[in-house]
Amino acid sequence: MAFRAPEHEIHRRRFSRNLGVGLALTCFVALVFALTVVKVTEGDLGHANDAPGMLGSTVPIAPEEPAPAPATSAVNP
Amino acid sequence: MTDIRSFEAPKEAGFGDFVQLLKPRVMSLVVFTAFVGLLVAPVHLHPVVGFTAILFIALGAGASGALNMWWDADIDAVMRRTKGRPVPSGLVQPGEALAIGLALSGISVVMLALATNLLAGLLLAFTIFFYAVVYSMWLKRSTPQNIVIGGAAGAFPPMIGWVAATGSISVEAGLMFMLIFMWTPPHFWALALFMNEDYSKAGVPMLTVTHGKKVTRNHVLGYTLALIPFAIGLGFTSIGGPVYLAISVLLNAEFLRGAYRIWTRDEVMAEADSYKVEKAVFRFSLLYLFLHFTALLIEAVLHGQGMGGW
Repeated sequence: MAFRAPEHEIHRRRFSRNLGVGLALTCFVALVFALTVVKVTEGDLGHANDAPGMLGSTVPIAPEEPAPAPATSAVNP
Repeated sequence: MTDIRSFEAPKEAGFGDFVQLLKPRVMSLVVFTAFVGLLVAPVHLHPVVGFTAILFIALGAGASGALNMWWDADIDAVMRRTKGRPVPSGLVQPGEALAIGLALSGISVVMLALATNLLAGLLLAFTIFFYAVVYSMWLKRSTPQNIVIGGAAGAFPPMIGWVAATGSISVEAGLMFMLIFMWTPPHFWALALFMNEDYSKAGVPMLTVTHGKKVTRNHVLGYTLALIPFAIGLGFTSIGGPVYLAISVLLNAEFLRGAYRIWTRDEVMAEADSYKVEKAVFRFSLLYLFLHFTALLIEAVLHGQGMGGW
């Protein structure tokens, strides 16, 4: 036969606090995930390193021009 | 020898007590005005980004509320209206309120800046600083103009909502700011007229305490007159329109009538009917602000349908 000690008011309040913090953190994680998905799918990748010309940037300084055709040497060795 | 002493166990705060620390009623006004500011902006955000922006603007407002409760615990304990708050009632320790206020301030500013743009994050940081430091620490206990200048803190949310969407400040955002900024003094002074005893007991230099109620009545009328051009002027911008203008004119006429009635009364009349007019004007002032922002929302919906606007 199991006996359950009557729950004290303090324990009930402590549980509500822990549950509240747990739920808030879970919601925060879910929100950051959703925000990341939206930012990535919308192509909003703007950050400092994406400024044109920055090291590691994915944005070119100017549109790439086709490489010039190899010049035929006028002077033969 | 017996040594029986009464022992009071330390109070334990539940989650709801920590929520109370964030002043949920103030947060609801912040959520609504920031939501309108964001929605009436010409740039539309993805719903998830918009929701995140509103959430962290509200959390920033809550953080400044927690910092205010930490700083003002001594006067909150004296005032009837505030003595049941979590810190003066002993449920939450002042240090906990400070820690929660600082942590939530940091989280809300960083998250808003990351979700939307840096200017919105900086504006939110400034709003928290303005409310917690400029208003609570510097002005509240030192000048009867405390709520006039401090009112700016409550006026920023629609501007932050607008900036979160557009990335810049404009005339429309400025006028939404001015609407709340100019509305705050008559709103709070109408309250102070019938809650004077509280402020006097706590030593807060409200205008009613330092200059008397006659001067406060003059100020209610003066600031209501100064508010009207900003409220109606908003109707002529890109976010206004005939619907907003009609609602605004009616609301301002009624608010002015209330302020005029407050101005014509004296203390004998007010005490005879238990501040009936002052209480009615205070209640109407809440409706006044709510309906102005609702009218902006209606205009935004009409704009979306190809109607409304000028």
